[in-house]
Amino acid sequence: MRGYYGYLAKRLGQFALVVFIGVNLAYVITHATPIDPVEQSIAAVTSFGNTAPEAIAQMRLSLQELYGLKGDWREQYLTFWERILRADFGPSLSAFPTPVSTLIGRALPWTAGLLITSTLITWGLGNLLGGLAGYYQKSRGLKLMGVVAMGLHPVPYYIVALLLLMTFGFLWPILPIGGGSAMNMARGWNWDFALSVLRHSILPCLSLTLIGLGSWFLGMRSLVSNIVTEDYVVYAEIAGVDSRRILSSYVMRNALAPQVTGLAMSLGGVFNGAVITEKVFGYPGVGSLLIDAVYAGDYGLVLGVTTVSILGVSFGVLVIDLLYPLLDPRVQAR
Amino acid sequence: MLGILRDLLRYNIEFRIGLALVAVVFAMAGLSFVSPYPPSDVFVVPPDVPPSAAYWFGTTSRGQDVFWELTFALRNTLAFGFAVALLSRVFSLCIGLLSGYKGGWIDRILMSVNDTFIIIPLFPVLILFYFVLRDTMSWGLLALIMACLGWAYDARLIRSVAMSLKTREFTQTSVFSGMTTGEILLREHLPYVMPIVFSTTMNNMNWSIGLEVTLSVLGFTDINTPTIGGMIYWANQHSAMVAGVWWWIAFPILFIVMAFVGLYLLAVSMNEYIDPRSRLARMGGGAG
Repeated sequence: MRGYYGYLAKRLGQFALVVFIGVNLAYVITHATPIDPVEQSIAAVTSFGNTAPEAIAQMRLSLQELYGLKGDWREQYLTFWERILRADFGPSLSAFPTPVSTLIGRALPWTAGLLITSTLITWGLGNLLGGLAGYYQKSRGLKLMGVVAMGLHPVPYYIVALLLLMTFGFLWPILPIGGGSAMNMARGWNWDFALSVLRHSILPCLSLTLIGLGSWFLGMRSLVSNIVTEDYVVYAEIAGVDSRRILSSYVMRNALAPQVTGLAMSLGGVFNGAVITEKVFGYPGVGSLLIDAVYAGDYGLVLGVTTVSILGVSFGVLVIDLLYPLLDPRVQAR
Repeated sequence: MLGILRDLLRYNIEFRIGLALVAVVFAMAGLSFVSPYPPSDVFVVPPDVPPSAAYWFGTTSRGQDVFWELTFALRNTLAFGFAVALLSRVFSLCIGLLSGYKGGWIDRILMSVNDTFIIIPLFPVLILFYFVLRDTMSWGLLALIMACLGWAYDARLIRSVAMSLKTREFTQTSVFSGMTTGEILLREHLPYVMPIVFSTTMNNMNWSIGLEVTLSVLGFTDINTPTIGGMIYWANQHSAMVAGVWWWIAFPILFIVMAFVGLYLLAVSMNEYIDPRSRLARMGGGAG
C-alpha cells in the first residue's frame, strides 16, 4: 500500500501547485496591469452628468473595498486568497446585488452536466472505436472513420458549433438551438422538464463530441496497433484465446492506461471548448456567464468564473488521477 | 532534407493532401499583396452581392470584396499562428531539453510547473487578460501571452526525446571532452529534437489559430485587424446568416478549415516519419 500513498501524496501536491499557480496567475493579471478597474468603473459612472467630488471619493472607497484593492500589495494579496477560500467574490455588478458566488453556483451544474456527459461519451466511444480500428485494421468502415476523425479533429470548437447551429437552425430546424431548457416551462424534477433539458443539450453535446472523438480514436488506434505486435498478444493468439477476449482484456486494457492520463491532460482543453460551445448555443453554464460578464464589464464575475474554472478543472484532473490506480495495478505495486 | 521530402511525397498520402491544402491557403494569403483594395476600407464595392464573375466570393454588407478581404484575413491569421508557434518553441525547447538532460530535482520541479500549465484552462485566463487590458490588447501582445501559456505540452514531448538522448554514448563523450551543459544541449541535442519541433510547430499553430479565431469571433481581440475570426465576428454583427449573406461566413470557414486540416496532416505525417516503425509499415517493409 505504500506505493499508493506515495502516488496519492504526489497527486495532491500537483493539485495544490495547480491551484496555487492558477490563483497567482489570476492575481497577477488583475493587479499587475496598468488598468485600474476602480477608475474604469468611476469613469463609466461619471461620464454622464455631474457628480459631486465627495460622492466620487466615496464611490472610490467602496469600489476599492469591493474589488479588494485596499492597502498595499501584501494586504491585497492576502485579501485575494481570503476571498477565494471563502468563495466570496463580492456582488455582481451586472446583476446587482446578487453575489457572484450565487450566479456561479447556479451555472455550475449545467456546465458540469454537459462536460461530464460529453466527456464520458467522447472518451468511451472514441476509445472503443479506436481500439477496434487498431485491431481490425482491414475493416473499410473503420478506415473511413479514421479519415473522418482526422478531418474533424483539428477544427476548433467554435467552427463546428457554428456549423451545427447553421445546419439545425436554418437548414433543417428540428432541434432547439438555444437555452438549457424550454423557456415556458416550470423547473422541477419531472419528466417533461428532464426531456426538455435533454433535447436542449443534444447539440452542445454533439459538437463537443464530434471534436473530441477524433483525438481518442486516433490515439487509441495507434496504441492498439502497436500493442497487437507484442509477443504476449501473439502468444495468446497462438494459444487460441478468443479474439474478442484478446481485444478487451489483453490489448485494450493495457492501452487504456495512457488514455486515462491523456484524459486528465486534456480536460483543460475540453473546458475551453465547453465555454465557447455554451456561448454559441446560449447554454446557461459558466461559459456563457463568463462571456456575458465580459460584455457587461462585470469585474467580480469575470474574476470569479476564471478562478472557479481553474479550481474546477484541477479538481476534475485530481479525481481522474485518483481513479487511475484502479486501472493500472502497477501504481500500487511500486 | 530533399530526400526526406521525396520519401514523404512518395509514400505518404496524408503529407500530399496536407501539403496541397496548405499550399492553397498560403497562395491565397500571398494574393493579399496584390489586392486592389486596402483591407480596412469599407464600402469600396456594392454591398451584399452574391458570388459572381465580378466578385468571386461575393461582397459583404460592409461593402468589402470577400475574396480580397479573405486574403488579408488569412495572411494575418497565419502570421499570428506562426509568431506564437515560433515564440513558444523557444520556451518548450529550453524547458524540455534542460529537464530531460538534467533529470532529478530540476526535472521534477520543471515538470510540475509544466503539468500545471497543461491543466489550467487557458481560455478563461485569456478572457481575463482581455478584460483587464481591453483596448491595449494588441495583436502582438496577444501572441506573446499565448506563447507564454502554450509551451507546456510540447515541452513534455521534447523532454521525452531528450531523456533518451542523455543515455546515448555521444553525450558521455561530450561531457568528458569538457563541454558545458548549454553547449551539449545546443550543439549535440538540439539537432535530434528538430524533427519533433517541426511537427509540434504545426500543431501549436493550429492551437493558437483556433484560440485566436474563437477570441476574435467574440470580439475579444483587436477587431479592426482583419483576421478569419474578425471576419466571422463582423458577419455575425450584421446577422449575415439570417440576412442570407451566407458567403460572408462560408468562405472564411472553408479556408480556415482547409488550413487546420492541412497543418494537422503535415504534423501527423511528420510524426509518422519520425517513428521508424510506422514508416517501414507504410513503405511496405516488415513492421516490428
